[in-house]
Amino acid sequence: MKQRVKRVFALLLGIFIVSGTCMEVKADDGMEVGYTYNYDYWYDVQYSPDAYKVAGVYTAVELGLDKRFNSAEGLYVRDNMLYLCDTGNNRIILIERTDTDQFHVKQVVEEFKGNTDVKTFSSPTDICVTPDGFYFICDKGNHRILKLDSEWNYVMEFLKPNDSTLDQAADFLPDKLEVDDVGRVFCIADNVNKGMIKYEADGTFSGFYGASEVKYDWTDYVWKKLATKAQRSAMESFVPTEYDNLYRDAEGFIFACTTNVRGADLDSGADKPIRRLNMLGKNILIENGNFYIIGDLSWDNAGGYKGPSLITDITALDSGIYFALDKVRGHIFGYDEQGNLLYAFGGSGNMDGYFRLPTALEHMGNDLIVLDSQDASFTVFTPTEYGNLFYKAMAEYDAGDYLASGATWEQVKVLNGNSDMAYIGIGRALMRQGKYEEAMEYFRLKWDTTHYSKAFKQYRKAWVEEHIGWIFLVVFLIFILPMIVGRIKKIKYEIDTAQIFKD
Amino acid sequence: MLALLKKKETYIHYLETLKYALYVITHPLDGFWDLTHEKRGSIAAANTIVILTLITRVAKLQFTSFLFLQVYWEGINIFLYIASVLLPLALFCVGNWGLTTLFDGKGRMSQIYMGTAYALTPYPLIQIPMIILSNVVTKEEGAFYVFAGSLSIIWAAMLIISAMMQIHEYTLSKTLFFLVASLFAMLVIVFILLLFFSMISQGIAYFVSIAKEIMFRM
Repeated sequence: MKQRVKRVFALLLGIFIVSGTCMEVKADDGMEVGYTYNYDYWYDVQYSPDAYKVAGVYTAVELGLDKRFNSAEGLYVRDNMLYLCDTGNNRIILIERTDTDQFHVKQVVEEFKGNTDVKTFSSPTDICVTPDGFYFICDKGNHRILKLDSEWNYVMEFLKPNDSTLDQAADFLPDKLEVDDVGRVFCIADNVNKGMIKYEADGTFSGFYGASEVKYDWTDYVWKKLATKAQRSAMESFVPTEYDNLYRDAEGFIFACTTNVRGADLDSGADKPIRRLNMLGKNILIENGNFYIIGDLSWDNAGGYKGPSLITDITALDSGIYFALDKVRGHIFGYDEQGNLLYAFGGSGNMDGYFRLPTALEHMGNDLIVLDSQDASFTVFTPTEYGNLFYKAMAEYDAGDYLASGATWEQVKVLNGNSDMAYIGIGRALMRQGKYEEAMEYFRLKWDTTHYSKAFKQYRKAWVEEHIGWIFLVVFLIFILPMIVGRIKKIKYEIDTAQIFKD
Repeated sequence: MLALLKKKETYIHYLETLKYALYVITHPLDGFWDLTHEKRGSIAAANTIVILTLITRVAKLQFTSFLFLQVYWEGINIFLYIASVLLPLALFCVGNWGLTTLFDGKGRMSQIYMGTAYALTPYPLIQIPMIILSNVVTKEEGAFYVFAGSLSIIWAAMLIISAMMQIHEYTLSKTLFFLVASLFAMLVIVFILLLFFSMISQGIAYFVSIAKEIMFRM
């Protein structure tokens, strides 16, 4: 008996060991961690494989600097150079990228030469570098925007606009800036809610740009009518929202973002945290996705984080795909040109790929660089195979190579069966090939009514053309035949009952 | 009962009363008067119409093209969904009867039920063809579908008003007033039901805890 028990145990042990070693080893694609996610048609979170992975996190130690970054706020990328505004240390650091994960400090700039009184920076918050080598710097503490040449010689400065619409007593606090191809400067300044300040290349103030329209509804209006003067002054006044950051994309349009949003207004689509402004300052952002471009769709108040996503920076790839950075939960959202959410990733924390207080987002090619001011570091992300497949499929579709695009989306589908983009991409490729019925199935599975309607229209047309004979036959049998029979019967009845035949 | 079911006349009468629903919806004032006073309607036909309405409502979920109705199946409880029609119907009949008997209403409960049920006829009548239609049109051509959907509801609402008018022999304004009052009556019934069940469960819990206490002491 004892022998038997022992044998059974030995057998069981053997089974456990063998099954343990034979267990399927899956590649870590990030599905289990829940780092990267997307929202489906029902606004439910669907985890996906990682689209971006961390290539490296760089602090002052890795870069060999004497002081750690102090609440760094500004970041700019041109070619393989990274320009970092170390705001708290009043310096600008030029970093060169020599390889995927190789970053070397090229220069640390604390002062410049030239014909001006103050030759140092005071809390520089943003920098912009033009292709011809000029530096534009928001020198916030000195209330000016500096223009320096490539040898760090003073060229000129942009000061507070001498305009009656601005409160002249208040300090001019330029915060973020962008420069266009002809040297015009677009600046976001603190406490200016009329939009961005726009300067001509020669430094003259040419007006405000892109002010958001003031919104109020009739309930506000009624309340204001009923309120006393004291109550009225205590109410919040209707002022346009201030912008937080801006980015000039490859086509010359300006992406702007604001953190001045309310949860309910985001849900209803009244608040637009991300805007793409044309030359007239009008929002031309395309929102053809299933939901508004507001970052996270649902926000629980767990873990000390509450409220909606606050978009603090935007960057747009040359292909038109743009990324938005949420400073509340440290999420990065990638959208395509049509406004579909491709993927969202990131989070708050101390691990690589998580942030404590992200302030700036830039891209170098398809890589993303996020500046974390509290963690005094910047993180470099490179696209994974999954992320690259997205870019490839979209590029192929834009180039008109629908067959290849469909094949690439198939690969995406293999990696992530939940991807709405993959299904719709396959469907669109099939539709271009005239395979409407198959395309309809793909669209139906992902609730894409617009594309389904398009495919269905073609399918129905083909179906009617094919079955036109049967359709006529059915119409004949149901409508025409009874009519003829009825007519014949009536004639027969009239003949039968006619007086002349009675006699 | 069984003898009644075996007779052929029963079925002829049933089909006639059911067919009469088509007359009622096109001639509401005349139709609802005859429905009760001339006994041209039957409870069996009324039940049939209610069941058809329920089937239509469920079938609509399943068979309407997703272009017009996107169903989150995880959030659907079929019993709750059916109850969302039956419960208001029952509450309305009871609430309306309870009020109108106090204010010269001539209708009996069965007549109120019959009238309300007959008034629901446009719903299955319009919605079933619309379910089929939704599958052969595109999103851009869907305006007709939306229009027909609201038409069926408005038509049914107008039929309910005329049904109540004829059954209780009320004027239009009095009917409208008592329809609104019925809604409040329904709310009161729901409130009392909740109160009742809550009290009962409290009472039972009291005796259960006493029994437990005795058992622990023994």
